Amino acid sequence: MLSIKNLHASVEDKAILKGLDLEVKAGEVHAIMGPNGSGKSTLGNVLAGREAYEVTEGEVLLDGSDLLALSPEDRAREGVFLAFQYPIEIPGVSNINFLKTALSEIRAYKGLPPMEARDFLKKVKEKQQLVEFDAKLANRSLNEGFSGGEKKRNEIFQLAMLEPKLAILDETDSGLDIDALRIVARGVNQLRADNNAFILITHYQRLLEYIVPDFVHVLYNGRIVRSGTKELALELEEKGYDWIKETVDA
Amino acid sequence: MLDGCPSTYLITFWRCVMSTKDDALLKELTLEEYKYGFTTDIEMDIAPKGLTEDTVRLISAKKNEPEWLLEWRLKALQHFLKMDMPTWQNFENPDVDFQDISYYAAPKAKPKLNSLDEVDPELLSTFAKLGIPLDEQKVLAGVVAVDAVFDSVSVKTTFREKLKEQGVIFSSFGEAVQEHPELIRQYLGTVVPQTDNVYAALNSAVFSDGSFVYIPKGVRCPMELSTYFRINAENTGQFERTLIIADEGAYVSYLEGCTAPMRDENQMHAAVVELIALKDAEIKYSTVQNWYPGDKDGKGGIYNFVTKRGICKGDHSKISWTQVETGSAITWKYPGVILKGDHSVGEFYSVALTRNKQVADTGTKMIHLGKNTRSKIISKGISAGVSHNSYRGLVKIGPGADNSRNFTQCDSLLIGDRCGAHTFPYIESRNKTAKLEHEATTSKIGEDQLFYLTQRGIDPEKAVGLIVNGYAKEVLNQLPMEFAVEAQKLLAISLEGSVG
Ligand SMILES: Nc1ncnc2c1ncn2[C@@H]1O[C@H](COP(=O)(O)OP(=O)(O)OP(=O)(O)O)[C@@H](O)[C@H]1O
Ligand SMILES: [Mg+2]
Repeated sequence: MLSIKNLHASVEDKAILKGLDLEVKAGEVHAIMGPNGSGKSTLGNVLAGREAYEVTEGEVLLDGSDLLALSPEDRAREGVFLAFQYPIEIPGVSNINFLKTALSEIRAYKGLPPMEARDFLKKVKEKQQLVEFDAKLANRSLNEGFSGGEKKRNEIFQLAMLEPKLAILDETDSGLDIDALRIVARGVNQLRADNNAFILITHYQRLLEYIVPDFVHVLYNGRIVRSGTKELALELEEKGYDWIKETVDA
Repeated sequence: MLDGCPSTYLITFWRCVMSTKDDALLKELTLEEYKYGFTTDIEMDIAPKGLTEDTVRLISAKKNEPEWLLEWRLKALQHFLKMDMPTWQNFENPDVDFQDISYYAAPKAKPKLNSLDEVDPELLSTFAKLGIPLDEQKVLAGVVAVDAVFDSVSVKTTFREKLKEQGVIFSSFGEAVQEHPELIRQYLGTVVPQTDNVYAALNSAVFSDGSFVYIPKGVRCPMELSTYFRINAENTGQFERTLIIADEGAYVSYLEGCTAPMRDENQMHAAVVELIALKDAEIKYSTVQNWYPGDKDGKGGIYNFVTKRGICKGDHSKISWTQVETGSAITWKYPGVILKGDHSVGEFYSVALTRNKQVADTGTKMIHLGKNTRSKIISKGISAGVSHNSYRGLVKIGPGADNSRNFTQCDSLLIGDRCGAHTFPYIESRNKTAKLEHEATTSKIGEDQLFYLTQRGIDPEKAVGLIVNGYAKEVLNQLPMEFAVEAQKLLAISLEGSVG
């Protein structure tokens, strides 16, 4: 589904990604771990098409076609979803109206008419329950005044509503209490399917106990320097990153 | 003198507004496009260009006015001729050639209409283009609640009957002059004196028509009253006059919408609106102004110089102004409230959006005279392109206004970095017990906000529309449902092409 080859990207002329390779197949869950500042969020931003992030080399294919050629909105419409590490507040714009707009735009891109208001509201209710997202929050302004954890849950609620092909979750687990973590994990597990894929960016092995990844990668200094299965996460938890850094820097 | 070219007219109609809880949701879920740039060919009766005593006499005679009103107009003309153009505004005063404007235009046809079939199809298609629902078109046309347009035509309507039952008077200004001259004579010019400013003087001399509303004692007007203004002709000015009186304990919500076709030359709109709220009365006045703003190079567009003022004459009365201003090349208006009665309340909610080369200099005047009077000002400016958007507000506390309070919040939102936002809050307090609060913010649409929305599949222009509507929400919420939907669309559409 997603094929990243030799990806180089920079921000403000500073090289951050330095030859990253990653293959993600439909139905898979990949976890990406790595020290602070190694480029994990940058990868998410590059895939989502954020303006400040300039791709200087390499290619990214989504289902065989050039993802990098698309605008951010078209990437989203093609099914790329980024759950933000720091979700943005938009005062006065109701969560529901925002979702309705997003969904209609995605559907229009696929040549589908907007959902009937009734079907839409039904879907909202269903997904709200799935991720146990408070109905009151759904009606409030988008993330405005939400607690850190509520914002993260809202990202998962949006994910559930938009049903993307490729979801990148950037540290969605940080800031969640234990119960919320379980709920979010359960939501993601229920959304997992043969025709979608997840990239989980996380610092904590704990998340991976709930959402069991097919692969775990370590991103360091702009490159994936080690890949393995969920055991790798356990090893990292135990030993930290130094041993990997040493082998890479050596 | 009579020539057949299309011209200015105004349309008055009633809406029955049903308000349910679903409205809020519907309001949220509706976002469509519309455009207003078209002209209508309706045969008009147009006065020759120019402004002299004869022009004023002609208008007055055309309208079959009593002698006292003619005298009143002539006095205003004398004032106008003596007054200088103001110089304090934050923009360059356009050169208006007052002799190059025609001061009177009315549709020529004045048929008695019995059904929709008999209505001028041009007029019907105008309504359709304005997005007025068919039912309303019928009311409008069949009925010609358009009496302001065809002011001799008067066909009974159920709405009108309903209003009449309660003693509510809602008619064109001209009609009111004929039928209720005592009310007009008692109140005309009492809130906005002829000498108030040069455009008020001009309007007083040459006003063509407008609306008149009287709500009797203790009556809560059972429906929203609304007027649609549209400038259609070339080289005509629009000078309408609105007078609304809410007698003791009465309530009325009044809506005013404006559109104009695209034209290369500038047209002038210099209206006067006077509101009078007696003891315990409340008047809510909402405007969605979408006069043609001119093209992106600043060519054409309406000069909107309007004087709007209300007086809370009696104790415990309330007047609130809500305006959404997206149109006009230059908007220059300060709807104000004179808080004369004790415990009276004045409110001003405004969204002014400017783009391209538009200029808006708008705000309010709250004049506190009575004790325990309160005023609230919420102003939201949005500037894009190379436009300039100024808030100018005056809060004046008189010596007798013990314990009066004002809260002012002025926010500015900038889109791009070539536009300007300015705030000019003036405060004059002559009473130490008064409490005044002022808050102001300036913000830009953040790249992170835009990215967040586009990452969810939303088109960047729509994203800006959403953000702007969110920003303006506090004001939009003040509007009745239908206007709120229209206003949201307007804000979104007005920003098309402003991103990037
Ligand atoms: N918009 C930006 N402007 C300037 N520098 C940036 C920007 N975005 C990222 N960087 C820099 O790029 C590097 C990688 O940042 P990134 O956010 O991708 O790290 P991360 O792996 O997600 O770290 P963390 O685990 O702390 O979230 C950092 O040095 C960061 O300061
Ligand atoms: Mg990060």
